[in-house]
Amino acid sequence: MRVGIDRRLIYHFDWPVFVLTFAIALIGLLSVASASYSEHRPFQMLIIRQVIWTTAGAAAMFAVVMFDYRALASYAYPIYGAVMALLVAVSVIGQATGGSRRWINLGLFTLEPSELAKLALILVLVRYLRDDPPPGGLRLRHILVPGLLLAVPAALVLKQPDLGTMLTLVLIFGSIIFAAGIDLRTLGILVLGGVLAMPVAWHTLKPYQKERVLTFLNPQSDPLGAGYHVIQSEIAVGSGGSWGKGFLKGTQARLNFLPEQTTDFIFSVFAEEFGFAGSILLLGLYAALVARGLSIAARARDRFGALLALGLTAMVFWQAAINIGMATGILPVVGIPLPLVSYGGSSLIVLMAAMGLLISINTRRYLF
Amino acid sequence: MPVLARRGRKLAVPRLEPRLTALTIFMMMVLAAVGLRLYYLQIIKTHEMADLADRNRIRIRRLPASRGLIFDRRHRVLVDTRPSYDAVLVPEDLHNRAATIRNLERFLGGDHVEDKITQAEDEGLPSSEPVTIKERLTWDQVVALETHQLDLPGVSIQVTPRRRYLYGPLAAHLLGYVGEVNEQELKKLPGYHMGDEIGKFGLERGWEDYLRGASGNQEIEVDAVGRRLRVLKETPEKPGANVILTIDLDLQEAAEQALGNHVGALVAIDPRNGEILAMVSHPSFDPNQFATGLTSAQWRQLMNDPAHPLEDRVIQGTYPPGSTFKLVDAIAGMEDHLLTRSTSFHCAGGIWYGNREYRCWRKQGHGTISLVNAIIASCDVYFYNVGERLGVDRIAQWAHKLGFGVASGIPLAHEKTGTIPSSAWKQRRYHERWYPAETLSVAIGQGYVAVTPLQLAQLAAEVSMGGIRYSPHFVKRIEGLDGSTLKSYEPEVAERIPLTPEQVQILQAGACGVVNSPMGTARKAAIPGIEVCGKTGTAQVVKEAAGARTKEEDLPEKYRDHGWFIAWAPGNDPHIAIACVIEHGGHGGSSAAPIVRDVLLRYFQLYPPGQPLPAGALARASSGGRENGD
Repeated sequence: MRVGIDRRLIYHFDWPVFVLTFAIALIGLLSVASASYSEHRPFQMLIIRQVIWTTAGAAAMFAVVMFDYRALASYAYPIYGAVMALLVAVSVIGQATGGSRRWINLGLFTLEPSELAKLALILVLVRYLRDDPPPGGLRLRHILVPGLLLAVPAALVLKQPDLGTMLTLVLIFGSIIFAAGIDLRTLGILVLGGVLAMPVAWHTLKPYQKERVLTFLNPQSDPLGAGYHVIQSEIAVGSGGSWGKGFLKGTQARLNFLPEQTTDFIFSVFAEEFGFAGSILLLGLYAALVARGLSIAARARDRFGALLALGLTAMVFWQAAINIGMATGILPVVGIPLPLVSYGGSSLIVLMAAMGLLISINTRRYLF
Repeated sequence: MPVLARRGRKLAVPRLEPRLTALTIFMMMVLAAVGLRLYYLQIIKTHEMADLADRNRIRIRRLPASRGLIFDRRHRVLVDTRPSYDAVLVPEDLHNRAATIRNLERFLGGDHVEDKITQAEDEGLPSSEPVTIKERLTWDQVVALETHQLDLPGVSIQVTPRRRYLYGPLAAHLLGYVGEVNEQELKKLPGYHMGDEIGKFGLERGWEDYLRGASGNQEIEVDAVGRRLRVLKETPEKPGANVILTIDLDLQEAAEQALGNHVGALVAIDPRNGEILAMVSHPSFDPNQFATGLTSAQWRQLMNDPAHPLEDRVIQGTYPPGSTFKLVDAIAGMEDHLLTRSTSFHCAGGIWYGNREYRCWRKQGHGTISLVNAIIASCDVYFYNVGERLGVDRIAQWAHKLGFGVASGIPLAHEKTGTIPSSAWKQRRYHERWYPAETLSVAIGQGYVAVTPLQLAQLAAEVSMGGIRYSPHFVKRIEGLDGSTLKSYEPEVAERIPLTPEQVQILQAGACGVVNSPMGTARKAAIPGIEVCGKTGTAQVVKEAAGARTKEEDLPEKYRDHGWFIAWAPGNDPHIAIACVIEHGGHGGSSAAPIVRDVLLRYFQLYPPGQPLPAGALARASSGGRENGD
């Protein structure tokens, strides 16, 4: 395990990921500030906390950059085990908010273990799949263990219930096993199986989750009820126009027409105030980050680093795509935060650490 | 080998790079699709979305304009708009719902507070919006609520403008009333909204456009739960203009009082310009009831009242004019050169026509009587002769010219024209020819003839003015808030009949004698010091059997005749003309004449004719006069 500052480390530091991460996090701070703004109390605790977490995230990021990612391979299973223990703990001692049990109160702050679970799953899958796949690609029997590694956290977060994180975990899993060389016919069978399992899965959904899916299919069916949030979000985004209504001037957000405006619908707040120009800028930043992450994966020296980079990138991509898709009404409403933008310490710190890991992978390809 | 090669290719180890490339392409396409969606929402659909955003947050609140006031001719307020106190409750501010509701019900005396709140909630009213619990609190209730504010968190008193008719039923038919705009009116009239007040009847309806003003509005920003945050834009309301009537409050009051509990009508006109000075129809109603919203029981009561209080008898009551119509005969006869001052007929108490006797009201007859005396004594036989010689069609022609059978044009809705029969009319109406004998009934204002009190007042005015008749009107001018005149109503000549001074003098002498000569039929209308002229009339309700003569007092009230009196004064320089009908009052000379006298007297107290009236005029006048028929 190599810790310490190597001159090559500075020389080969990955500036694009660094800059993109902070640019997006800055947009996040602006958006959280706007979403929580009120004329009576311009500075809410919320934005102060988000600033603290961004700072903590930056520190985590730098710590991870210092760290040789290859050493993580040997810690993958213990880390996974620890996070699973936290997920079990949250179901027992977790703090319930708004009908779901997701947080552990640690006094100073509340920890959301499902955010850590994303990172732990990536790590353990990549660790398991770091060797070259067998000829012909991974078959069903090869992905039995990875499937179990997914099933445990997926089941635990679904129980909270947190459909969004469950979905994120499944999509990260899919992305990693695709890159790791799954046999395409096996992938086809898995997808088909998934589709066929849908009716069964439907029955395991909570009523509010079913309603969200139904609402997505036809939001106008109940404009004052379940479809309200989607319609209000579309109105917020659309009314932003080309250049937006200006910082702190979004009426939809200001007058509380948007639900969950500091977390799930933070994009709508931003898009309303900064318009198409701002939205495309943010979307471009994500695209650039994703492209850079995938190029780091392609150039990584070892397969472990490559798959790790891919997994981290997939985590950012899926969350960003689904969150914005939801805010603009092309995907059903599932509670998925917008990476680096939504309010929430656990998510922010995990994502900034993940970006640190990306930098670390890119930097160290010259080191061995 | 080929098999092996194929198997070897098939079993190749999947390489990472192409998979990463595929993932890159996939992810970029997904993000591009999201970008297209953003383009669609933010560029293509932005106007629609911006509109929806505004509709979300902006509520238009109308600021109703306060309705214009109505004044009498001497600028005294008759109708105004006063605050009404309503108890309202904001459900959101109820800390202890049950206790507050209990207290409120105690102070208001019941009133199903809970039901009203639940109803408002069911209608989707945000809980931050006030719910009206009770309108028009009494002063005691206002005081109770104000002093117990601490027991009633969330309850407040809201002040809303309400129309107030200061004198209740006084001139109610003329003033009319307001009510909430209904669905038909909303469809027909632009610029009205649900809940607006609108003139429904009378002046309130006719002058609606002036009285109403223009409502303003406020654009209010609200949040997602409907809480009002601030006013974005405000268009102030424009209060309605004030209407100054030609009615004199004192005279109107005197007329209302003089008419008392009689069922009937009285209208007083200034003959020099057509201004209506007083206009009474009894029984009346209280327009305040309408302004505050009638209960269905009150409405039923008004509709089913056999005395029809909603009917404006001045313009809607049609009665046979009785002997007052003899003035029409006299004018027609003189105009057609049939009558001169010296034209005399012999009255023997009746004449035979066909095979029936047509009687004079005076059994013993009037002997040989001249035109002036025939008017004074109201000799029926004289005018049977005049009618017979004129024929019904010429009577009708002159009656029309004098304003009968046609609407006077007073700006009030549903005015009746009355009926003036003619041979053509009878053919049209009954498909029957006119029998000459029927003309005799017409000549003394019975039979088919029906006129309104306003038409008869106009006749009195026209005769007094020597043949000039002005259009009747009751609005003098419209005044802006600053007192400037927005519109004034000038006198308009409706008709001019070429009467020679000699003819005018005959009519005046006759009418003057009716009141002032010993054989006059309306001596009860005399006022010392003022020359009152007039003509009595008795309208038969039941056609008398030929020859039968029942004493009026012996008949049940509903079969008794209607009594008429029309008058003007002073005779040589008329300032006021009046018509009065008393339903089932019997002889006009005894029923209507004293009432008209009281009104005239009040008028000359208010507007002295050059010199003050002699002291005790009223007392002497009421004792004078002899029971006399007409």
